[in-house]
Amino acid sequence: MIRLEDLTKIFQTPSGDITAADRINMDVPEGNICVLLGPSGCGKTTTMKMVNRLIEPTSGKIFIGGEDVTSKDPISLRRSIGYVIQQIGLFPNQTIEDNICAVPDLLGWDRKKSRTRAGELLEMVALDPATFLGRFPKELSGGQQQRVGVIRALAADPPVMLMDEPFGAIDPINREVIQDEFLRMQKEIKKTIMFVSHDIDEAVKMADKIAIFDAGQLIQYDSPDDLLAHPKNSFIADFVGGDRTLKRLRLIRVEDAMTKDPPRVTADDTLDKAVNLMEEHGHISIVMVGPKGRARGVVYLSDARGKKGKVGDSHDKLPVSVHVGEDLRTAVSSMFMHDEASLACVDSDGIYKGYVTQRGITHLLGATYRDQ
Amino acid sequence: METISFIIGNFGYIVELTVQHIAIVSVAVGLAIITGVPIGIAITQNQRAADIVLYTAAIIITIPSIALFGIMIPILSTIGQGIGYLPAVIAILLYSQLPIIRNTYTAIANVDPALREAARGMGMTSFQRLRKVEIPLAVPVIMAGVRTAVVMNIGVAAIAAYIGAGGLGTLISRGISQTDPRQLIAGALAVSILAITADFSLLWLQKRFTPRGLQSSKA
Ligand SMILES: Nc1ncnc2c1ncn2[C@@H]1O[C@H](COP(=O)(O)OP(=O)(O)O)[C@@H](O)[C@H]1O
Ligand SMILES: [Mg+2]
Repeated sequence: MIRLEDLTKIFQTPSGDITAADRINMDVPEGNICVLLGPSGCGKTTTMKMVNRLIEPTSGKIFIGGEDVTSKDPISLRRSIGYVIQQIGLFPNQTIEDNICAVPDLLGWDRKKSRTRAGELLEMVALDPATFLGRFPKELSGGQQQRVGVIRALAADPPVMLMDEPFGAIDPINREVIQDEFLRMQKEIKKTIMFVSHDIDEAVKMADKIAIFDAGQLIQYDSPDDLLAHPKNSFIADFVGGDRTLKRLRLIRVEDAMTKDPPRVTADDTLDKAVNLMEEHGHISIVMVGPKGRARGVVYLSDARGKKGKVGDSHDKLPVSVHVGEDLRTAVSSMFMHDEASLACVDSDGIYKGYVTQRGITHLLGATYRDQ
Repeated sequence: METISFIIGNFGYIVELTVQHIAIVSVAVGLAIITGVPIGIAITQNQRAADIVLYTAAIIITIPSIALFGIMIPILSTIGQGIGYLPAVIAILLYSQLPIIRNTYTAIANVDPALREAARGMGMTSFQRLRKVEIPLAVPVIMAGVRTAVVMNIGVAAIAAYIGAGGLGTLISRGISQTDPRQLIAGALAVSILAITADFSLLWLQKRFTPRGLQSSKA
């Protein structure tokens, strides 16, 4: 969707030339969030601003949806691209409604249509239109202003968005909230997004692909997991941090790491059967399920061995389980918290789907390191 | 006491002079707004031009009004307008340039760069940026410049009576030449009241023209 070909920007300054972007080649697939990441001054903003031609490239080409935009009228180009900046830049003299409708107004949309849309967009970010449409920017908190900044960029429904450290000025707690909210929105709107950040955690969380820059050059362009698993050189490894393995835990979902179709028993099964199943699989515990397959309890090998009777009469309460949609970080931390070596994974109805073990997780992370 | 009875006795005449006075100042400042605001906006594009324009306007304002009238008499005489209404208007027009141009320039130049960036990034032309963002934000500061110009030039217009421009200065100059303190005091009083009234009405207008989103207390 967005393709950069040998994109270069050299700033001529009195103290000499600065190569802010050095033959950048990259391709952002449609519907992806691509995070441009790197230390301050590495050329992220310059690269991004060439896409909507706030900065004219020195050489190279930019294609959006196959069309070369370097020869397009910059004004109409910018109206077709959503643009969000860290300082937000809401117009203080205009109401929230007029701020949101800024681009539709430039495009000459029917007033009623744009105003209706402003209300819908506010609802998308959980701000009550009746309260907020008529307010002025200074009557909003920082987080609320930032949300309005984002939906203002979405107002004319552009396929492409450029976001320059959009959540950088928000305190860490609210930043998490607004990031989650934005990701939920993105699932519906599926924009092609270039997102500048200098925060590796934010990048790992938001990105489908991460582009790491250093001194005007694109060093590595990969999915967050590949980047964390296989940093291309020591600069990247240093930049992503020594805890990159732990960061990867956030990227892997329980569903993808668990062992599926696990052995299980029901209340009517005998303890003998439970013991046999555990020995067969080399497990030290087994989950007891209800009639519909919900995880109901657990039988430990040490308790059941040599005992007679039904599982239903001598099982323990399941100490903890994890939802299949959670990430491995959540799974690992509840294992540590409850001192369990394995964890039952359940879906939203409580149905027993599989299990993860500490050994299994270690193995998974290790395996992807080795397979390079 | 004598002054009061003079005022009461000549009330219609004083009102007539006041209207003349207002006509001179408002036409001149009106023209100054029409010229000064665009100049103030234009010079935000070029630092050198801004320096030159602001410096020139600052020099003009230091010329004493009597001297300025003196300079204009021979020039305007060539079109038969050496004295009277026209030189008064021109002088006030020139004196008003500094507060109006300077305030416009400062206000536009100080618009938060983030707003300009956001406006540019969403595809506003420079003209749309001026109209929708920069000028509305600058209006309160420009209005403050207009206020300064008006109050200052109500005094200048009083002196213009010496070149036959009319207005409340007529009472003062006559009061001096005829050593008639009644006219002198009545004239001076009227000029002060006019200046104070103008100041307050323009302050009210300035507040009205301040976009609601910029007002410090919720109205
Ligand atoms: N308008 C400009 N004129 C001169 N140099 C610039 C300009 N804009 C950016 N630079 C330089 O280009 C480099 C990259 O800047 P930028 O893209 O803003 O970095 P980042 O967004 O990654 O922090 C920096 O060295 C910066 O000083
Ligand atoms: Mg930057």
